[in-house]
Amino acid sequence: MEQRDVVIIGGGPAGLAAAVKLKEKEINDILIIERERQLGGILRQCIHDGFGLTRFGETLSGPEYSQRFIDEVETLGIDFITNATVIDLTGDKIVTVATRDGLLQVQAKTVILAMGCRERTRGALAIPGTRPSGIYNAGVAQSYINLFNTMVGKEVIIMGSGDIGLIMARRLTLEGAHVKAVFEVLPYPSGLPRNIEQCLHDYDIPLYLSHSVIEIKGNERIEGVRVAEVGTDLKPIPGTEKDFSCDTLILSVGLIPENELSLAAGAVLDERTKGAFVDENFQTNVPGIFAAGNVLHVHDLVDFVSLEAEALAEGAAQYLKRGYLEACDIPVETDAKIGHVIPQRISGKKNFRMSMRVRKPTGKCRIEVRQGEHLIKSVPLPKALPAEMIQFEVEADQILPNGKIEVSVYEK
Amino acid sequence: MKSRTFVCIVCPNGCTVEVQYEEQEVLAISGNKCKKGAEYVTQEMTDPRRTIATTVPISGAELPLCSVRLTKAIPKKDIFRVMEEIRKVSLEAPVTIGQTVIRNVCGLDSDVIVTKNMKREMNKN
Repeated sequence: MEQRDVVIIGGGPAGLAAAVKLKEKEINDILIIERERQLGGILRQCIHDGFGLTRFGETLSGPEYSQRFIDEVETLGIDFITNATVIDLTGDKIVTVATRDGLLQVQAKTVILAMGCRERTRGALAIPGTRPSGIYNAGVAQSYINLFNTMVGKEVIIMGSGDIGLIMARRLTLEGAHVKAVFEVLPYPSGLPRNIEQCLHDYDIPLYLSHSVIEIKGNERIEGVRVAEVGTDLKPIPGTEKDFSCDTLILSVGLIPENELSLAAGAVLDERTKGAFVDENFQTNVPGIFAAGNVLHVHDLVDFVSLEAEALAEGAAQYLKRGYLEACDIPVETDAKIGHVIPQRISGKKNFRMSMRVRKPTGKCRIEVRQGEHLIKSVPLPKALPAEMIQFEVEADQILPNGKIEVSVYEK
Repeated sequence: MKSRTFVCIVCPNGCTVEVQYEEQEVLAISGNKCKKGAEYVTQEMTDPRRTIATTVPISGAELPLCSVRLTKAIPKKDIFRVMEEIRKVSLEAPVTIGQTVIRNVCGLDSDVIVTKNMKREMNKN
């Protein structure tokens, strides 16, 4: 069986950044496995700009952003295979890959999970009605329009205000479609404020908050949707129904980390992130298996995916050199106002970056990190939105050797 | 004195910026985390500009489309005019990032450039 120090599953932004950083750490025996024909992951179809402001200090389109990493992978001579799908991963780190040349098995010392995420579908929402054509997930419509030169429709309704849905509202408008409205079931948008501004307001596309599509109409092709206002319980309010005609319905209703392989290897997932539980080194509960990027928790910006994968590479390189990492026995927990936190456990001996999202929009507030009465850190924020990840450094010299860490939000 | 509120689109912070003004004169700007926010709203008050990203057909490559973008923001009102111009062009593989597709599009002092490396594929025409 082929042996490798590191196998990276997924050649998107997380996998590429981890590979480059590992190589810089003098880890040379790396294999990136990518199921698509080209490296780059989802960025290949994200042709809009706005990527890279944090990581590179300039604004790039998705393909340009990923090419920076692909160039480094090629310059550094890091091995990769494309058109290759990992079909199994064991806790002993045996990676089974279906390739164009047949089945490949690799025994890895370290595995980096960088599979990204996928879109929640109509099935998960259980929208009643017929099952006509013309209903697309936002990312699917994006690949049709931006990669394959196939327009998806003319009269468009978008359900969900996730960032990809907003980006597609603008893209469809530029390509001549009429985007009639975006409906969001929650009382606040899921996407970033700048995307509401530059993708909807710029093109006079109305956004209806606290509204949901409650029925899909049409037989061969979708002909329209019935929409209703929803109450605080998110259930439709009788008497508020309205009908909209359309030939296309785009769904932008959330992303789910893709963790079938993580589960196969025995990684335990966090119910809140739908990604693995990890420590400050991004190591899962399976020693030598690490995770970063959207497979771990859905990010708002690719820059943070790259930075997270680079931080992972530090830990993975240390694991390879020493054969183990510091035990991480201090759990990190949150109050009910915080949706999730990464990492979920730490050693207390190392500075680390904490990532989280709030559950509801909050004005001026502060985030407190505590161990019982002991305040480790207090971070003031002008606002906190569920659309935006909150990240800050936590310094080890502030952490007590024992006692769980609790993260809370206090509104001013 | 009048006031207007903007969401700055320069970076993902998406600051809510309030501008107080009289006639065309900006008197005070608040809410922006950095000076780019002040520049953005000042521009937005008088001459709102945007960059656009789209695709153009390409022959001889793995995929039928190549992504492109503008090098500089153009007046918002000219977006669809520029889209019309971009629609007229097509490319032939190979192309590389940064390659100019249209110089000075519509005389707006902005170029359309390629944003994806695309190789020539032997079996594609």
